[in-house]
Amino acid sequence: MRRTIKAALGAEAAALALLAGLASAQAGSLKIESWRNDDADIWNSKIIPAFNKHYPDIKIEFAPSAPKEYNAALNARLDGGTAGDLITCRPFDASLALYQKHQLDAVDGIKGMENFSDVAKAAWQTDDGKTTFCVPIASVIAGFIYNKEAFAKLGVTEPKTLDEFHAVLEKFKKDGTYVPLVMGTADQWEAATMGFQNVGPDYWKGEVGRANLISGKEKLTDPQYVAAFKEIAAWAPYLGSGFQAQTYADSQNLFSLGKGAIYAAGSWDISTFRGQAKFAMGAFPPPQPAGTTDCYISDHTDIAMGINAASKNKEDAKKFLEWLTTPEFATIYANALPGFFPLGKTPVKVEDDVAATMVGWRQSCKSTIRNSYQILSRGTPNLENELWNVSAQVVNGKLTPEAAGKQLQDGLDKWYKPAK
Amino acid sequence: MPESLSPVTAQMPRAKLAGLLLFFLGPAVVIYSLFSIYPLVATMALSTYTSDPSGARSFVGLANFQTLLGDALWSKPFWNALGNNLIFFTVHMCVQNPVGIALAGLLSLPRVRLKGFYRTVMFLPTMLSVVIVGFSWNLILSPLWGVASGALKAVGLGSLFAPWLGLESSALVTLSLISVWQFVGIPMMLIYAALLNIPEELIDAARVDGLGQLRIFFHIKLPLVLPTISLVSVLTFVANFNAFDLIYSVKGALAGPNFATDILGTFFYRTFFGNQLQLGNPTMGAAVATVMFFIILLGLCLYLFLVQRRIRRYAF
Repeated sequence: MRRTIKAALGAEAAALALLAGLASAQAGSLKIESWRNDDADIWNSKIIPAFNKHYPDIKIEFAPSAPKEYNAALNARLDGGTAGDLITCRPFDASLALYQKHQLDAVDGIKGMENFSDVAKAAWQTDDGKTTFCVPIASVIAGFIYNKEAFAKLGVTEPKTLDEFHAVLEKFKKDGTYVPLVMGTADQWEAATMGFQNVGPDYWKGEVGRANLISGKEKLTDPQYVAAFKEIAAWAPYLGSGFQAQTYADSQNLFSLGKGAIYAAGSWDISTFRGQAKFAMGAFPPPQPAGTTDCYISDHTDIAMGINAASKNKEDAKKFLEWLTTPEFATIYANALPGFFPLGKTPVKVEDDVAATMVGWRQSCKSTIRNSYQILSRGTPNLENELWNVSAQVVNGKLTPEAAGKQLQDGLDKWYKPAK
Repeated sequence: MPESLSPVTAQMPRAKLAGLLLFFLGPAVVIYSLFSIYPLVATMALSTYTSDPSGARSFVGLANFQTLLGDALWSKPFWNALGNNLIFFTVHMCVQNPVGIALAGLLSLPRVRLKGFYRTVMFLPTMLSVVIVGFSWNLILSPLWGVASGALKAVGLGSLFAPWLGLESSALVTLSLISVWQFVGIPMMLIYAALLNIPEELIDAARVDGLGQLRIFFHIKLPLVLPTISLVSVLTFVANFNAFDLIYSVKGALAGPNFATDILGTFFYRTFFGNQLQLGNPTMGAAVATVMFFIILLGLCLYLFLVQRRIRRYAF
């Protein structure tokens, strides 16, 4: 009996070894970890074939997870040694932590890294800016997308200032045909990302305010931040009925069904709308608060790619990353996924008109990244989580703008000591 | 010598008895230890460590628990989650189980037609994936295109409609009721099975004595199925304090609005795996999991010592 157990164990070990062998795959193949499961089709039908024209021998598998689970799943796979060779990098601390745990390699040596500006690389660098560990792929821009037919019907034009913006919203509310502003608070992040971070940079002067927040020269209780909260609090009457239970998917559907006039948007929504909406769309940047002249946009570095330090096929992985720095990749990416804007120094022609409009704002306005992302979301309570929570509450009318600023700053003060 | 040992085993040589025990108990012990006891102990061990940015872990004793229960940053969300969990459990106890008992009572009545059909239909939601349940109810209750507001309007109660899932005051109870809707089949089935076990003679005797169905149910059937009801309560308790999936699929890991729907499961998930920019903290997460384990253990002990011992069982 003992012998049979031994034999069984032996067979099992052999089977396991075989499985492990299959999983670790032969040289010449790469596996990409990503949260962009929406884009799997584009990777498989456009991006990977284009790469294979240069390197026909490198077989690439795009293996995405659901966005919500990505960080958790990736960390588990990296710790367990089963992660893919190429890791799609979230901006800032999530990826920085991977680099610090020696799970990502530095990519400074990759040919073509000089094609990216420092701002483009900032989201994937160590705090001292000396080491970069992911190759930047794209940023996303926040703004407002509108239904051109609805605008034409009521005879309104793109609002330039917040006063005009409110007038337009009021007109749509009086008319009643369309939901004036499409945004829900059920998923919370919409209020933060498409609300606060969208209209806010004009108040805190983009990168200036963001840097001051990190250096401690400004506080979230300062008037510019409270004013941004006041602005989003003023949206509540113009949102769809029951917006407190309106999810992000509800918002997307509401607008693409043509029932909404203005949609508080991230540029990543463009591809969804292109597939579903039957009407002409336009986009305008966040309208300016009274008395401001410079405009700022949230042009958020969002997606990059690095090499798994435990990869068995780093040579091929490097070749792939080198290719990511080329204008060829940038052009394919920008046009296959309108709304994800390449970060390279070489300008890329974007065919989609809404996406082209949004990327055009880079010429007239100053870009900034979301102020909660760098350094400030490192402790407990987490500033980004708090921001989702309070922004949704401010729009819901459950929290005053002043209290929102105070809650954020109090939370930050508990763990963050700005360098003097 | 304990009387339970049969004469056959009593006469066996010791070695043979040991071999027999190993043969019958061994596999279960090995599998149970490997997949239940080991992870439990490993989780508790992990909760006594902390990790630095490079991923290296160091032993800190009970410091994680001190932080969790003593530092307002952690204790506030923790007590909030525990309180919400109690509400979640109370709704199940007050709605799911009584409704389950009532349905089982109705099904066990003589001369009910289409019994099998009702039983299946009422049990169906239990077999659905939570994601589907969450998604469907999200749609049903949606203020934009849900049927709920239209249905209320049709009966003249349109003014009662509110975006329940989005309001701090009603989100948790709404989610609890969705969960009740999904799982009401389980108490129904268990109690139905227990009701079927009651000998016909008892019921017949009661009927001869002139009792109606209602009184038969309350005076004869209900006392006889009390052990099953208490079992169902314990199952509900354990399931509720381990609940996570419905909240996560409907409200996400941040369990809004303003953490009104945050229960221990989602609190644990956020701590262990992180959320958006919040990085996961496995050691602190393990501490939360350990506390959850002890809460459930405490509940079970209370049940065991206060309730289980007093229940009288009837052998038919």
